[in-house]
Amino acid sequence: MRERTSGRTVGGFRNLFLQGPAVTLLLLWMLVPLGMTLWFSFQRYNLINPMISGFAGWDNYTYLLTDPALWTAMGNTLLLVGWVLAISVIGGTLLAVLFQQEFFGRGIARLLVIAPFFVMPTVGALVWKNMLMHPVNGVFAWLSQLLGLPVIDWFSSMPLASIIIIVSWQWMPFALLILLTAIQSLDDDQVEAARMDGAGPLAIFWFITLPHLKRAISVVIMIEMIFLLTIFAEIFVTTSGGPGLASTNLAYFIYIRALLDFDVGGASAGGVIAIILANIVAIFLIRTVAKNLET
Amino acid sequence: MNPTMTKKLLLTLLAWSIALIVFFPIFWMVLTGFKTEGEAVATPPSLFFEPTLAGYHTVMARADYLKFALNSIVISFGSTLLALIVAIPAAYSMAFLPTKRTQGTLLWMLSTKMLPPVGVLMPVYLLFRDMGLLDSQLGLTIIYMLMNLPIVVWMLYTFFKDIPKDILEAGRMDGAGTLQEVFYLLLPLTLPGIASTGLLSVILSWNEAFWSLNLTTSDAAPLTAFIASFSSPEGLFWAKLSAASTLAIAPILIFGWMTQKQMVRGLTFGAVK
Repeated sequence: MRERTSGRTVGGFRNLFLQGPAVTLLLLWMLVPLGMTLWFSFQRYNLINPMISGFAGWDNYTYLLTDPALWTAMGNTLLLVGWVLAISVIGGTLLAVLFQQEFFGRGIARLLVIAPFFVMPTVGALVWKNMLMHPVNGVFAWLSQLLGLPVIDWFSSMPLASIIIIVSWQWMPFALLILLTAIQSLDDDQVEAARMDGAGPLAIFWFITLPHLKRAISVVIMIEMIFLLTIFAEIFVTTSGGPGLASTNLAYFIYIRALLDFDVGGASAGGVIAIILANIVAIFLIRTVAKNLET
Repeated sequence: MNPTMTKKLLLTLLAWSIALIVFFPIFWMVLTGFKTEGEAVATPPSLFFEPTLAGYHTVMARADYLKFALNSIVISFGSTLLALIVAIPAAYSMAFLPTKRTQGTLLWMLSTKMLPPVGVLMPVYLLFRDMGLLDSQLGLTIIYMLMNLPIVVWMLYTFFKDIPKDILEAGRMDGAGTLQEVFYLLLPLTLPGIASTGLLSVILSWNEAFWSLNLTTSDAAPLTAFIASFSSPEGLFWAKLSAASTLAIAPILIFGWMTQKQMVRGLTFGAVK
Protein backbone atom coordinates (compact mmCIF):
# COMPACT_ATOMS: atom_id res chain seq x y z
CA MET A 1 0.00 0.00 0.00
CA ARG A 2 2.68 2.42 1.07
CA GLU A 3 4.78 1.40 -1.87
CA ARG A 4 2.03 2.07 -4.34
CA THR A 5 1.29 5.52 -2.99
CA SER A 6 4.91 6.55 -3.08
CA GLY A 7 5.30 4.98 -6.50
CA ARG A 8 2.50 7.10 -7.79
CA THR A 9 3.91 10.35 -6.50
CA VAL A 10 7.31 9.56 -7.94
CA GLY A 11 5.59 8.60 -11.19
CA GLY A 12 3.55 11.78 -11.11
CA PHE A 13 6.64 13.87 -10.61
CA ARG A 14 8.46 12.06 -13.37
CA ASN A 15 5.50 12.46 -15.70
CA LEU A 16 5.42 16.16 -15.02
CA PHE A 17 9.10 16.42 -15.78
CA LEU A 18 8.90 14.27 -18.92
CA GLN A 19 5.68 15.61 -20.40
CA GLY A 20 6.13 19.15 -19.13
CA PRO A 21 8.02 20.59 -22.10
CA ALA A 22 5.67 19.15 -24.71
CA VAL A 23 2.55 20.17 -22.81
CA THR A 24 3.82 23.68 -22.03
CA LEU A 25 4.85 24.34 -25.61
CA LEU A 26 1.54 23.20 -27.02
CA LEU A 27 -0.39 25.09 -24.38
CA LEU A 28 1.42 28.30 -25.28
CA TRP A 29 1.04 27.60 -28.99
CA MET A 30 -2.68 27.18 -28.54
CA LEU A 31 -3.60 29.79 -25.97
CA VAL A 32 -1.45 32.77 -26.91
CA PRO A 33 -2.43 33.12 -30.59
CA LEU A 34 -6.00 32.07 -29.85
CA GLY A 35 -6.34 34.66 -27.11
CA MET A 36 -4.78 37.32 -29.32
CA THR A 37 -7.05 36.49 -32.26
CA LEU A 38 -10.08 36.82 -29.99
CA TRP A 39 -8.75 40.10 -28.56
CA PHE A 40 -7.95 41.60 -31.97
CA SER A 41 -11.32 40.60 -33.33
CA PHE A 42 -12.88 43.10 -30.93
CA GLN A 43 -10.39 45.87 -31.71
CA ARG A 44 -10.16 48.56 -34.34
CA TYR A 45 -6.70 47.80 -35.56
CA ASN A 46 -5.24 48.59 -38.96
CA LEU A 47 -1.55 48.23 -39.66
CA ILE A 48 -1.24 51.09 -42.11
CA ASN A 49 -3.48 53.50 -40.25
CA PRO A 50 -2.51 53.79 -36.58
CA MET A 51 -5.21 56.43 -36.11
CA ILE A 52 -7.78 53.67 -36.14
CA SER A 53 -7.71 52.12 -32.70
CA GLY A 54 -9.76 51.26 -29.65
CA PHE A 55 -12.44 48.81 -28.69
CA ALA A 56 -14.70 47.88 -31.57
CA GLY A 57 -17.30 45.76 -29.85
CA TRP A 58 -19.00 43.51 -32.36
CA ASP A 59 -18.26 45.92 -35.23
CA ASN A 60 -15.69 43.70 -36.91
CA TYR A 61 -18.11 40.81 -36.83
CA THR A 62 -21.13 42.76 -38.07
CA TYR A 63 -19.02 44.35 -40.79
CA LEU A 64 -17.70 40.96 -41.81
CA LEU A 65 -21.01 39.14 -41.62
CA THR A 66 -22.76 41.77 -43.73
CA ASP A 67 -19.99 41.70 -46.33
CA PRO A 68 -21.28 39.68 -49.30
CA ALA A 69 -17.67 38.71 -50.07
CA LEU A 70 -17.56 36.65 -46.87
CA TRP A 71 -20.61 34.69 -47.94
CA THR A 72 -19.18 34.12 -51.40
CA ALA A 73 -16.01 32.87 -49.75
CA MET A 74 -17.99 30.64 -47.39
CA GLY A 75 -19.98 29.24 -50.30
CA ASN A 76 -16.79 28.54 -52.22
CA THR A 77 -15.26 26.89 -49.15
CA LEU A 78 -18.26 24.58 -48.82
CA LEU A 79 -18.22 23.73 -52.53
CA LEU A 80 -14.49 23.06 -52.43
CA VAL A 81 -14.67 20.90 -49.32
CA GLY A 82 -17.83 19.07 -50.44
CA TRP A 83 -16.65 18.22 -53.92
CA VAL A 84 -13.13 17.25 -52.97
CA LEU A 85 -14.48 15.06 -50.17
CA ALA A 86 -16.94 13.36 -52.48
CA ILE A 87 -14.37 12.76 -55.20
CA SER A 88 -11.54 11.68 -52.95
CA VAL A 89 -13.57 9.43 -50.64
CA ILE A 90 -15.63 7.69 -53.32
CA GLY A 91 -12.65 7.46 -55.65
CA GLY A 92 -10.34 6.41 -52.83
CA THR A 93 -12.69 3.64 -51.71
CA LEU A 94 -13.09 2.21 -55.19
CA LEU A 95 -9.37 2.42 -55.83
CA ALA A 96 -8.61 0.77 -52.49
CA VAL A 97 -10.76 -2.19 -53.52
CA LEU A 98 -9.09 -2.32 -56.93
CA PHE A 99 -5.54 -2.02 -55.65
CA GLN A 100 -6.21 -4.70 -53.04
CA GLN A 101 -6.75 -7.28 -55.81
CA GLU A 102 -3.95 -9.45 -57.07
CA PHE A 103 -2.44 -8.15 -60.31
CA PHE A 104 0.91 -7.86 -62.01
CA GLY A 105 3.20 -5.14 -60.68
CA ARG A 106 0.85 -4.28 -57.85
CA GLY A 107 3.60 -2.89 -55.61
CA ILE A 108 4.83 -0.41 -58.20
CA ALA A 109 1.34 0.59 -59.33
CA ARG A 110 0.47 1.35 -55.71
CA LEU A 111 3.52 3.56 -55.32
CA LEU A 112 2.59 5.51 -58.45
CA VAL A 113 -0.99 6.05 -57.43
CA ILE A 114 -0.26 7.38 -53.94
CA ALA A 115 2.58 9.64 -55.14
CA PRO A 116 0.55 12.87 -55.58
CA PHE A 117 -0.04 13.05 -51.84
CA PHE A 118 3.68 13.61 -51.26
CA VAL A 119 4.01 16.35 -53.86
CA MET A 120 4.46 19.85 -52.51
CA PRO A 121 1.13 21.70 -53.00
CA THR A 122 2.77 24.60 -54.83
CA VAL A 123 4.47 22.19 -57.25
CA GLY A 124 1.32 20.18 -57.87
CA ALA A 125 -0.80 23.24 -58.50
CA LEU A 126 1.72 24.85 -60.86
CA VAL A 127 2.24 21.69 -62.88
CA TRP A 128 -1.52 21.45 -63.40
CA LYS A 129 -1.83 25.13 -64.15
CA ASN A 130 1.05 25.49 -66.60
CA MET A 131 1.53 22.12 -68.18
CA LEU A 132 -1.86 20.46 -68.14
CA MET A 133 -4.60 23.09 -68.00
CA HIS A 134 -2.87 25.87 -69.92
CA PRO A 135 -5.23 26.93 -72.75
CA VAL A 136 -2.47 27.21 -75.36
CA ASN A 137 0.36 24.87 -74.49
CA GLY A 138 -1.28 22.52 -72.03
CA VAL A 139 -1.71 18.80 -72.56
CA PHE A 140 -5.48 19.08 -72.08
CA ALA A 141 -5.76 21.75 -74.78
CA TRP A 142 -3.81 19.52 -77.13
CA LEU A 143 -6.03 16.53 -76.31
CA SER A 144 -9.19 18.59 -76.92
CA GLN A 145 -7.91 19.72 -80.29
CA LEU A 146 -7.00 16.19 -81.17
CA LEU A 147 -10.55 15.07 -80.43
CA GLY A 148 -12.01 18.10 -82.17
CA LEU A 149 -13.45 19.52 -78.96
CA PRO A 150 -13.38 23.19 -77.96
CA VAL A 151 -10.34 24.19 -75.91
CA ILE A 152 -11.19 25.13 -72.33
CA ASP A 153 -9.47 28.00 -70.60
CA TRP A 154 -9.73 26.25 -67.25
CA PHE A 155 -8.81 28.97 -64.82
CA SER A 156 -10.87 31.75 -66.35
CA SER A 157 -13.97 29.80 -67.30
CA MET A 158 -14.17 27.42 -64.34
CA PRO A 159 -11.69 28.54 -61.68
CA LEU A 160 -13.26 26.78 -58.71
CA ALA A 161 -13.78 23.53 -60.60
CA SER A 162 -10.13 23.62 -61.70
CA ILE A 163 -8.99 24.01 -58.11
CA ILE A 164 -11.33 21.21 -57.05
CA ILE A 165 -9.70 18.95 -59.64
CA ILE A 166 -6.18 19.80 -58.49
CA VAL A 167 -6.96 19.41 -54.80
CA SER A 168 -8.78 16.12 -55.43
CA TRP A 169 -5.73 14.86 -57.29
CA GLN A 170 -3.69 15.53 -54.16
CA TRP A 171 -6.14 14.15 -51.61
CA MET A 172 -7.58 11.09 -53.32
CA PRO A 173 -4.23 9.31 -52.87
CA PHE A 174 -4.43 10.15 -49.16
CA ALA A 175 -7.84 8.51 -48.89
CA LEU A 176 -6.53 5.56 -50.90
CA LEU A 177 -3.46 5.17 -48.69
CA ILE A 178 -5.53 5.10 -45.50
CA LEU A 179 -8.33 2.90 -46.90
CA LEU A 180 -5.90 0.46 -48.49
CA THR A 181 -4.34 -0.07 -45.08
CA ALA A 182 -7.76 -0.49 -43.49
CA ILE A 183 -8.97 -2.93 -46.15
CA GLN A 184 -6.00 -5.20 -45.54
CA SER A 185 -7.34 -6.07 -42.11
CA LEU A 186 -10.53 -7.41 -43.68
CA ASP A 187 -11.04 -11.03 -42.77
CA ASP A 188 -10.52 -13.19 -45.86
CA ASP A 189 -12.53 -16.06 -44.38
CA GLN A 190 -15.56 -13.84 -44.02
CA VAL A 191 -15.35 -12.83 -47.67
CA GLU A 192 -14.82 -16.44 -48.69
CA ALA A 193 -17.82 -17.55 -46.62
CA ALA A 194 -20.00 -14.90 -48.24
CA ARG A 195 -18.84 -16.03 -51.66
CA MET A 196 -19.74 -19.63 -50.80
CA ASP A 197 -23.20 -18.44 -49.87
CA GLY A 198 -23.52 -17.03 -53.36
CA ALA A 199 -22.82 -13.35 -52.74
CA GLY A 200 -21.65 -11.52 -55.85
CA PRO A 201 -18.77 -9.03 -55.82
CA LEU A 202 -21.18 -6.09 -55.50
CA ALA A 203 -22.93 -7.64 -52.51
CA ILE A 204 -19.58 -8.39 -50.88
CA PHE A 205 -18.48 -4.79 -51.42
CA TRP A 206 -21.72 -3.36 -50.08
CA PHE A 207 -22.34 -5.66 -47.13
CA ILE A 208 -18.84 -6.62 -46.02
CA THR A 209 -16.15 -4.28 -47.34
CA LEU A 210 -17.98 -0.98 -46.83
CA PRO A 211 -19.09 -1.70 -43.25
CA HIS A 212 -15.53 -2.79 -42.48
CA LEU A 213 -14.19 0.50 -43.84
CA LYS A 214 -16.77 2.63 -42.07
CA ARG A 215 -14.52 3.94 -39.36
CA ALA A 216 -11.52 4.48 -41.64
CA ILE A 217 -13.75 6.41 -44.04
CA SER A 218 -15.06 8.61 -41.26
CA VAL A 219 -11.51 9.33 -40.10
CA VAL A 220 -10.48 10.21 -43.66
CA ILE A 221 -13.47 12.53 -44.01
CA MET A 222 -12.70 14.36 -40.80
CA ILE A 223 -8.97 14.75 -41.40
CA GLU A 224 -9.53 15.92 -44.96
CA MET A 225 -12.19 18.37 -43.81
CA ILE A 226 -9.82 20.03 -41.40
CA PHE A 227 -7.19 20.49 -44.08
CA LEU A 228 -9.60 21.35 -46.88
CA LEU A 229 -11.37 24.05 -44.89
CA THR A 230 -8.20 26.11 -45.08
CA ILE A 231 -6.77 25.25 -48.51
CA PHE A 232 -4.45 28.11 -49.39
CA ALA A 233 -1.35 27.41 -51.46
CA GLU A 234 -3.23 25.91 -54.41
CA ILE A 235 -5.33 29.08 -54.75
CA PHE A 236 -2.36 31.35 -54.09
CA VAL A 237 -0.34 30.02 -57.04
CA THR A 238 -3.14 29.43 -59.54
CA THR A 239 -6.00 31.94 -59.50
CA SER A 240 -5.18 34.23 -56.55
CA GLY A 241 -8.84 33.86 -55.64
CA GLY A 242 -10.10 35.22 -58.93
CA PRO A 243 -11.43 36.09 -61.32
CA GLY A 244 -13.24 38.42 -58.95
CA LEU A 245 -14.06 36.26 -55.97
CA ALA A 246 -14.84 33.17 -58.02
CA SER A 247 -12.24 30.99 -56.34
CA THR A 248 -11.73 32.79 -53.02
CA ASN A 249 -12.29 30.51 -50.05
CA LEU A 250 -12.39 31.47 -46.38
CA ALA A 251 -8.64 31.09 -45.88
CA TYR A 252 -7.82 33.21 -48.90
CA PHE A 253 -10.40 35.80 -47.88
CA ILE A 254 -8.78 36.16 -44.45
CA TYR A 255 -5.35 36.34 -46.05
CA ILE A 256 -6.50 39.23 -48.26
CA ARG A 257 -7.95 41.04 -45.24
CA ALA A 258 -4.84 40.43 -43.19
CA LEU A 259 -1.77 40.80 -45.30
CA LEU A 260 -3.09 42.79 -48.25
CA ASP A 261 -5.59 45.14 -46.55
CA PHE A 262 -3.71 45.14 -43.21
CA ASP A 263 -7.05 44.99 -41.42
CA VAL A 264 -6.04 43.11 -38.28
CA GLY A 265 -9.45 43.41 -36.59
CA GLY A 266 -11.42 42.16 -39.58
CA ALA A 267 -8.98 39.37 -40.37
CA SER A 268 -9.08 38.20 -36.76
CA ALA A 269 -12.87 38.14 -36.76
CA GLY A 270 -12.62 35.99 -39.90
CA GLY A 271 -10.07 33.83 -38.11
CA VAL A 272 -12.48 33.25 -35.25
CA ILE A 273 -15.12 32.09 -37.72
CA ALA A 274 -12.62 29.68 -39.30
CA ILE A 275 -11.71 28.33 -35.88
CA ILE A 276 -15.35 27.76 -34.97
CA LEU A 277 -15.97 25.91 -38.24
CA ALA A 278 -12.92 23.71 -37.79
CA ASN A 279 -13.89 22.91 -34.22
CA ILE A 280 -17.32 21.65 -35.17
CA VAL A 281 -15.54 19.02 -37.28
CA ALA A 282 -12.80 18.48 -34.72
CA ILE A 283 -15.18 17.47 -31.93
CA PHE A 284 -16.40 14.53 -33.99
CA LEU A 285 -12.88 13.51 -34.99
CA ILE A 286 -11.60 13.58 -31.44
CA ARG A 287 -14.55 11.51 -30.30
CA THR A 288 -13.81 8.85 -32.90
CA VAL A 289 -10.15 8.71 -31.98
CA ALA A 290 -11.01 8.60 -28.28
CA LYS A 291 -13.26 5.61 -28.85
CA ASN A 292 -10.37 3.86 -30.50
CA LEU A 293 -8.03 4.62 -27.60
CA GLU A 294 -10.31 2.82 -25.17
CA THR A 295 -10.53 -0.39 -27.16
CA MET B 1 -6.38 -19.22 -70.91
CA ASN B 2 -8.11 -20.00 -67.64
CA PRO B 3 -10.62 -17.52 -66.21
CA THR B 4 -8.51 -16.50 -63.18
CA MET B 5 -5.68 -15.55 -65.52
CA THR B 6 -8.00 -13.51 -67.71
CA LYS B 7 -9.36 -11.77 -64.64
CA LYS B 8 -5.86 -11.01 -63.41
CA LEU B 9 -4.85 -9.58 -66.78
CA LEU B 10 -7.94 -7.38 -66.93
CA LEU B 11 -7.30 -6.15 -63.40
CA THR B 12 -3.69 -5.43 -64.30
CA LEU B 13 -4.80 -3.42 -67.31
CA LEU B 14 -7.38 -1.42 -65.35
CA ALA B 15 -5.23 -0.76 -62.28
CA TRP B 16 -2.20 0.22 -64.31
CA SER B 17 -4.20 2.56 -66.54
CA ILE B 18 -5.49 4.36 -63.47
CA ALA B 19 -2.08 4.43 -61.81
CA LEU B 20 -0.50 5.91 -64.94
CA ILE B 21 -3.22 8.55 -65.32
CA VAL B 22 -2.87 9.60 -61.67
CA PHE B 23 0.90 9.66 -61.95
CA PHE B 24 0.90 11.42 -65.32
CA PRO B 25 1.28 15.02 -64.02
CA ILE B 26 4.39 14.01 -62.09
CA PHE B 27 5.78 12.04 -65.01
CA TRP B 28 5.12 14.95 -67.35
CA MET B 29 6.84 17.36 -64.99
CA VAL B 30 9.93 15.18 -64.75
CA LEU B 31 9.97 14.82 -68.52
CA THR B 32 9.58 18.56 -69.10
CA GLY B 33 12.54 19.16 -66.81
CA PHE B 34 14.75 17.51 -69.45
CA LYS B 35 13.43 19.56 -72.36
CA THR B 36 14.58 22.86 -73.75
CA GLU B 37 12.29 25.81 -73.07
CA GLY B 38 11.18 25.69 -76.68
CA GLU B 39 10.22 22.02 -76.54
CA ALA B 40 8.54 22.49 -73.17
CA VAL B 41 5.83 24.71 -74.68
CA ALA B 42 5.65 22.99 -78.06
CA THR B 43 2.27 21.90 -79.43
CA PRO B 44 1.79 19.08 -80.00
CA PRO B 45 3.68 18.15 -76.85
CA SER B 46 6.77 16.17 -77.66
CA LEU B 47 7.15 12.83 -75.99
CA PHE B 48 10.36 11.92 -77.76
CA PHE B 49 13.08 14.50 -77.73
CA GLU B 50 16.75 14.83 -77.07
CA PRO B 51 17.03 15.17 -73.30
CA THR B 52 19.03 18.08 -72.04
CA LEU B 53 20.18 19.05 -68.61
CA ALA B 54 19.96 22.74 -69.50
CA GLY B 55 17.00 23.32 -67.20
CA TYR B 56 18.86 21.77 -64.29
CA HIS B 57 22.00 23.72 -65.07
CA THR B 58 20.10 27.02 -65.11
CA VAL B 59 18.34 26.22 -61.86
CA MET B 60 21.50 25.15 -60.10
CA ALA B 61 23.37 28.14 -61.47
CA ARG B 62 20.88 30.54 -59.98
CA ALA B 63 22.69 31.59 -56.85
CA ASP B 64 19.48 31.60 -54.86
CA TYR B 65 18.29 28.09 -55.68
CA LEU B 66 20.72 26.52 -53.26
CA LYS B 67 19.72 29.03 -50.63
CA PHE B 68 16.05 27.98 -50.92
CA ALA B 69 16.99 24.32 -50.86
CA LEU B 70 19.21 24.83 -47.85
CA ASN B 71 16.41 26.69 -46.05
CA SER B 72 14.07 23.79 -46.70
CA ILE B 73 16.61 21.30 -45.37
CA VAL B 74 17.53 23.30 -42.28
CA ILE B 75 13.94 24.14 -41.38
CA SER B 76 12.38 20.74 -41.93
CA PHE B 77 15.16 18.70 -40.34
CA GLY B 78 15.68 21.24 -37.56
CA SER B 79 12.02 21.30 -36.62
CA THR B 80 11.86 17.51 -36.74
CA LEU B 81 14.87 17.14 -34.48
CA LEU B 82 13.44 19.60 -31.96
CA ALA B 83 10.05 17.89 -32.06
CA LEU B 84 11.66 14.49 -31.44
CA ILE B 85 13.69 15.81 -28.51
CA VAL B 86 10.58 17.22 -26.86
CA ALA B 87 8.31 14.32 -27.82
CA ILE B 88 10.42 11.29 -26.87
CA PRO B 89 10.30 11.92 -23.09
CA ALA B 90 6.60 12.77 -23.28
CA ALA B 91 5.73 9.67 -25.29
CA TYR B 92 7.91 7.56 -23.01
CA SER B 93 6.07 8.63 -19.90
CA MET B 94 2.68 8.24 -21.58
CA ALA B 95 3.45 4.72 -22.74
CA PHE B 96 5.24 3.39 -19.67
CA LEU B 97 3.95 5.48 -16.77
CA PRO B 98 0.32 5.93 -17.77
CA THR B 99 -2.02 7.69 -15.38
CA LYS B 100 -5.69 8.52 -15.57
CA ARG B 101 -4.80 11.75 -17.24
CA THR B 102 -2.70 10.27 -20.06
CA GLN B 103 -5.55 9.69 -22.44
CA GLY B 104 -6.91 13.16 -21.88
CA THR B 105 -3.49 14.69 -22.51
CA LEU B 106 -3.12 12.77 -25.77
CA LEU B 107 -6.52 13.86 -27.00
CA TRP B 108 -5.87 17.43 -25.98
CA MET B 109 -2.62 17.37 -27.96
CA LEU B 110 -4.56 16.15 -30.97
CA SER B 111 -7.03 18.99 -30.50
CA THR B 112 -4.28 21.61 -30.89
CA LYS B 113 -3.89 20.35 -34.47
CA MET B 114 -7.46 21.41 -35.13
CA LEU B 115 -6.66 25.09 -34.88
CA PRO B 116 -6.70 26.25 -38.51
CA PRO B 117 -3.49 28.18 -39.27
CA VAL B 118 -5.46 30.94 -40.95
CA GLY B 119 -7.32 31.50 -37.68
CA VAL B 120 -4.13 32.53 -35.92
CA LEU B 121 -2.32 34.09 -38.86
CA MET B 122 -2.66 37.63 -37.56
CA PRO B 123 -1.29 37.16 -34.02
CA VAL B 124 1.53 34.91 -35.19
CA TYR B 125 2.47 37.40 -37.89
CA LEU B 126 2.49 40.31 -35.43
CA LEU B 127 4.36 38.36 -32.74
CA PHE B 128 6.95 37.32 -35.28
CA ARG B 129 7.28 40.88 -36.53
CA ASP B 130 7.84 42.18 -33.02
CA MET B 131 10.31 39.46 -32.13
CA GLY B 132 12.23 39.81 -35.37
CA LEU B 133 11.33 36.27 -36.42
CA LEU B 134 9.68 37.19 -39.73
CA ASP B 135 11.61 35.72 -42.61
CA SER B 136 13.96 33.82 -40.32
CA GLN B 137 14.85 30.14 -40.34
CA LEU B 138 14.37 30.01 -36.58
CA GLY B 139 10.83 31.35 -36.78
CA LEU B 140 9.65 28.79 -39.31
CA THR B 141 11.51 26.02 -37.48
CA ILE B 142 9.59 26.84 -34.29
CA ILE B 143 6.23 26.94 -36.09
CA TYR B 144 6.81 23.60 -37.80
CA MET B 145 8.02 22.02 -34.58
CA LEU B 146 4.80 23.08 -32.84
CA MET B 147 2.71 22.10 -35.83
CA ASN B 148 4.08 18.55 -35.89
CA LEU B 149 4.59 17.97 -32.18
CA PRO B 150 1.17 16.37 -31.58
CA ILE B 151 1.60 13.95 -34.49
CA VAL B 152 5.13 13.08 -33.38
CA VAL B 153 4.04 12.41 -29.79
CA TRP B 154 1.14 10.28 -31.01
CA MET B 155 3.20 8.21 -33.39
CA LEU B 156 5.97 7.62 -30.87
CA TYR B 157 3.37 6.74 -28.25
CA THR B 158 1.88 4.04 -30.48
CA PHE B 159 5.34 2.62 -31.24
CA PHE B 160 6.46 2.68 -27.60
CA LYS B 161 3.27 0.99 -26.48
CA ASP B 162 4.09 -2.01 -28.67
CA ILE B 163 7.26 -2.65 -26.66
CA PRO B 164 6.53 -5.20 -23.92
CA LYS B 165 6.98 -3.63 -20.51
CA ASP B 166 8.84 -6.78 -19.39
CA ILE B 167 11.83 -5.89 -21.50
CA LEU B 168 12.26 -2.56 -19.76
CA GLU B 169 11.49 -4.25 -16.47
CA ALA B 170 14.29 -6.73 -17.08
CA GLY B 171 16.65 -3.90 -17.85
CA ARG B 172 15.74 -2.22 -14.61
CA MET B 173 16.40 -5.47 -12.73
CA ASP B 174 19.87 -5.43 -14.20
CA GLY B 175 20.34 -2.02 -12.69
CA ALA B 176 19.65 0.27 -15.63
CA GLY B 177 18.54 3.80 -14.73
CA THR B 178 15.84 5.61 -16.66
CA LEU B 179 18.32 7.24 -19.00
CA GLN B 180 20.12 3.99 -19.70
CA GLU B 181 16.80 2.27 -20.14
CA VAL B 182 15.80 4.81 -22.78
CA PHE B 183 19.11 4.96 -24.61
CA TYR B 184 20.15 1.31 -24.53
CA LEU B 185 16.80 -0.45 -24.67
CA LEU B 186 13.91 1.68 -25.85
CA LEU B 187 15.53 3.74 -28.58
CA PRO B 188 17.32 0.86 -30.33
CA LEU B 189 14.17 -1.27 -30.16
CA THR B 190 11.94 1.42 -31.64
CA LEU B 191 14.44 2.92 -34.07
CA PRO B 192 12.42 2.04 -37.20
CA GLY B 193 9.36 3.65 -35.64
CA ILE B 194 11.29 6.75 -34.61
CA ALA B 195 12.80 7.01 -38.07
CA SER B 196 9.44 6.87 -39.81
CA THR B 197 8.01 9.38 -37.34
CA GLY B 198 10.89 11.70 -38.12
CA LEU B 199 10.47 11.22 -41.86
CA LEU B 200 6.75 12.01 -41.67
CA SER B 201 7.55 15.19 -39.77
CA VAL B 202 10.16 16.13 -42.39
CA ILE B 203 7.67 15.49 -45.19
CA LEU B 204 4.96 17.60 -43.57
CA SER B 205 7.37 20.47 -42.87
CA TRP B 206 8.93 20.29 -46.31
CA ASN B 207 5.56 20.53 -48.07
CA GLU B 208 3.93 23.04 -45.74
CA ALA B 209 2.93 26.08 -47.73
CA PHE B 210 0.70 28.31 -45.62
CA TRP B 211 3.19 29.54 -43.06
CA SER B 212 6.13 29.51 -45.43
CA LEU B 213 4.31 31.72 -47.93
CA ASN B 214 3.05 34.13 -45.28
CA LEU B 215 5.98 34.38 -42.88
CA THR B 216 8.95 34.44 -45.23
CA THR B 217 9.90 36.69 -48.10
CA SER B 218 13.45 35.99 -49.17
CA ASP B 219 16.09 35.18 -46.54
CA ALA B 220 14.42 32.16 -45.00
CA ALA B 221 12.08 31.24 -47.84
CA PRO B 222 12.04 27.47 -48.45
CA LEU B 223 11.41 25.65 -51.73
CA THR B 224 7.61 25.97 -51.48
CA ALA B 225 8.03 29.74 -51.76
CA PHE B 226 10.65 29.41 -54.51
CA ILE B 227 8.30 27.32 -56.61
CA ALA B 228 5.41 29.70 -55.90
CA SER B 229 7.51 32.53 -57.35
CA PHE B 230 7.12 30.83 -60.73
CA SER B 231 3.37 31.50 -60.63
CA SER B 232 3.81 35.10 -61.76
CA PRO B 233 3.14 35.73 -65.46
CA GLU B 234 6.78 36.45 -66.24
CA GLY B 235 7.65 33.08 -64.79
CA LEU B 236 6.77 31.02 -67.83
CA PHE B 237 9.95 29.02 -67.86
CA TRP B 238 8.44 25.59 -67.80
CA ALA B 239 11.58 23.56 -68.24
CA LYS B 240 13.26 25.41 -65.39
CA LEU B 241 10.14 25.21 -63.24
CA SER B 242 9.96 21.48 -63.91
CA ALA B 243 13.61 20.91 -63.14
CA ALA B 244 13.33 22.87 -59.89
CA SER B 245 10.11 21.06 -58.97
CA THR B 246 11.61 17.66 -59.66
CA LEU B 247 14.53 18.46 -57.38
CA ALA B 248 12.13 19.75 -54.73
CA ILE B 249 9.85 16.73 -54.62
CA ALA B 250 12.23 13.83 -55.37
CA PRO B 251 13.60 13.33 -51.84
CA ILE B 252 10.15 13.67 -50.28
CA LEU B 253 8.59 11.21 -52.70
CA ILE B 254 11.24 8.67 -51.79
CA PHE B 255 10.78 9.27 -48.04
CA GLY B 256 7.04 8.96 -48.50
CA TRP B 257 7.29 5.68 -50.38
CA MET B 258 9.63 4.30 -47.74
CA THR B 259 7.39 5.09 -44.79
CA GLN B 260 3.86 4.82 -46.18
CA LYS B 261 2.84 1.94 -43.91
CA GLN B 262 3.77 3.55 -40.61
CA MET B 263 2.60 6.90 -41.86
CA VAL B 264 -1.02 5.78 -41.91
CA ARG B 265 -0.81 5.28 -38.18
CA GLY B 266 0.53 8.75 -37.56
CA LEU B 267 -1.79 10.57 -39.91
CA THR B 268 -4.89 8.96 -38.46
CA PHE B 269 -3.71 9.18 -34.84
CA GLY B 270 -3.76 5.44 -34.50
CA ALA B 271 -7.40 5.13 -35.58
CA VAL B 272 -6.43 3.08 -38.64
CA LYS B 273 -3.84 0.37 -38.31
